[in-house]
Amino acid sequence: MSEYKKPLPKPDPITAPFWESVKAHAMKIQRCNDTGKFFFYPRGLSPFTLSDNVSWEPVSGRGVVHAFTIVYQNRDPAFAEEVPYVVAIVELEEGARLMSTLVDVEPDPEHVRIGMPVEVVYDDVTEEITLPHFRPVRAD
Amino acid sequence: MREVAIVGAAETRFGKSELSYRELAVEAARGALEDAGAEPGQVEALFLGSYSPGTFVHQEHVAPLIASELGLSHIPSTRVENACASGATAFVSGMMAIAAGLYDVVLVVGAEKMTSTPVAETTRILAEAADWENESKVGLTFPGAFALMAQAYLHKYGYGREILDAVAIKNHANALANPYAQFHKAITAEDIANSPMVADPLTLYDCSPISDGAAAILLVAGDAARNFAKPAVRVLGFGQASDSLALYRRPDLTTLPAARQAAQRAYRMAGVSPRDISLAEVHDCFTIAEIIATEDLGFFEPGEGGEAARAGATSRDGQIPVNPSGGLKAKGHPVGATGVGQLVEATFQLRGEAGGRQIDGVELALTHNVGGSGATCVVTILGRAA
Repeated sequence: MSEYKKPLPKPDPITAPFWESVKAHAMKIQRCNDTGKFFFYPRGLSPFTLSDNVSWEPVSGRGVVHAFTIVYQNRDPAFAEEVPYVVAIVELEEGARLMSTLVDVEPDPEHVRIGMPVEVVYDDVTEEITLPHFRPVRAD
Repeated sequence: MREVAIVGAAETRFGKSELSYRELAVEAARGALEDAGAEPGQVEALFLGSYSPGTFVHQEHVAPLIASELGLSHIPSTRVENACASGATAFVSGMMAIAAGLYDVVLVVGAEKMTSTPVAETTRILAEAADWENESKVGLTFPGAFALMAQAYLHKYGYGREILDAVAIKNHANALANPYAQFHKAITAEDIANSPMVADPLTLYDCSPISDGAAAILLVAGDAARNFAKPAVRVLGFGQASDSLALYRRPDLTTLPAARQAAQRAYRMAGVSPRDISLAEVHDCFTIAEIIATEDLGFFEPGEGGEAARAGATSRDGQIPVNPSGGLKAKGHPVGATGVGQLVEATFQLRGEAGGRQIDGVELALTHNVGGSGATCVVTILGRAA
């Protein structure tokens, strides 16, 4: 595995279950048990009720592109060699959204659209860390 | 609550400056005091808006630094940081202190020196105003955040990028008459089409520049305003609101809810409505941001801001002149100075001192300053002295 240059998450006691789940290629995110609503990023308290009545639940990893951009300039050296790349807000089937990158797609607005179905892909970037990206759902 | 007025206003030219952070701040502050005919000894407190001097020029603890440079060593001095809305938030701090009766005379300064660091570092520092853990680490740049809003807006309302062009062309044209502006260069749609893409659909000409600069206002209690040289500009209303740093947590990317809240509070406090406003200086850090601002401020209905920009309704002679200064886009955007600079420009307009960019018959001026991708918004309404 080549050296990974981009910034990595540092899991802590609250966020570790998320990073462990993606490392296991089976994403879990948190649900507020008072409202039944899913949320992301990982937190100790529900953003809806500020209660700690939250639990980790498996999610399908499928969703749609809520909005996207193609980044042509990022002067951070860790990202500079990746441009152009697609950043998207993905809305999971369970309702929560996250910021991620799209892979396996041309970085071209002709090939990415709002509402496009996507699914998670797991990128094992180091021994410890796996990052979730998304790709268009194949027609087959 | 006591009335508050602006009796002094000054700013440096925005752009790449040979002056240091402290020299810029002192130039603006001295200018505001001279404008008011005030002595430094009259100033009872200093609020300084600055986003990131610690990383831009390796200097933290800047409020007492500037206070002592101005000979104000023993007054209370406080730095205020709310990303690109640091300036307006410093104003709010000064406003509240006078309104509460603690002080009669408060100096508010905004300053930033952004060109000392390499561009890669400057853009990283700016990205820290977004949610670093959940957005910036993924590869979202600051222009990228506004590009997401632009994609969502164009998609939702079926516009092409000509509405973005209209904002950039107008603001560059307006800045031609502003001696404080970074750019004095008219641009065309062809220039924009030939400029490099930064984050689709935003090109280089959709983005405000990296700038140095400072701005300052002298705020006083309303009943003390007559003791100063210039006609007082009254602070009729202000509103401040917050939102999530992470853009993706917002239900709708085509509006800044914090801007709507801040505007409602400002209008309610001033007892006026959007149609009463003579001109607005809004936070066009990117062209799309101006279009969204004109909707959030109630000048146009959701989805109509794009057509209004295209049709010239926000030009100098339009229904509501927006950014007659040239805005962040062409006047420049030294982040901590920007919100104070908007108040300086509004003060000049209300006094009839705006020279070639003067709008006729200005009764009420509105300013709109945004931090990050909308996590802080401050709206202020100023009026001519009664």
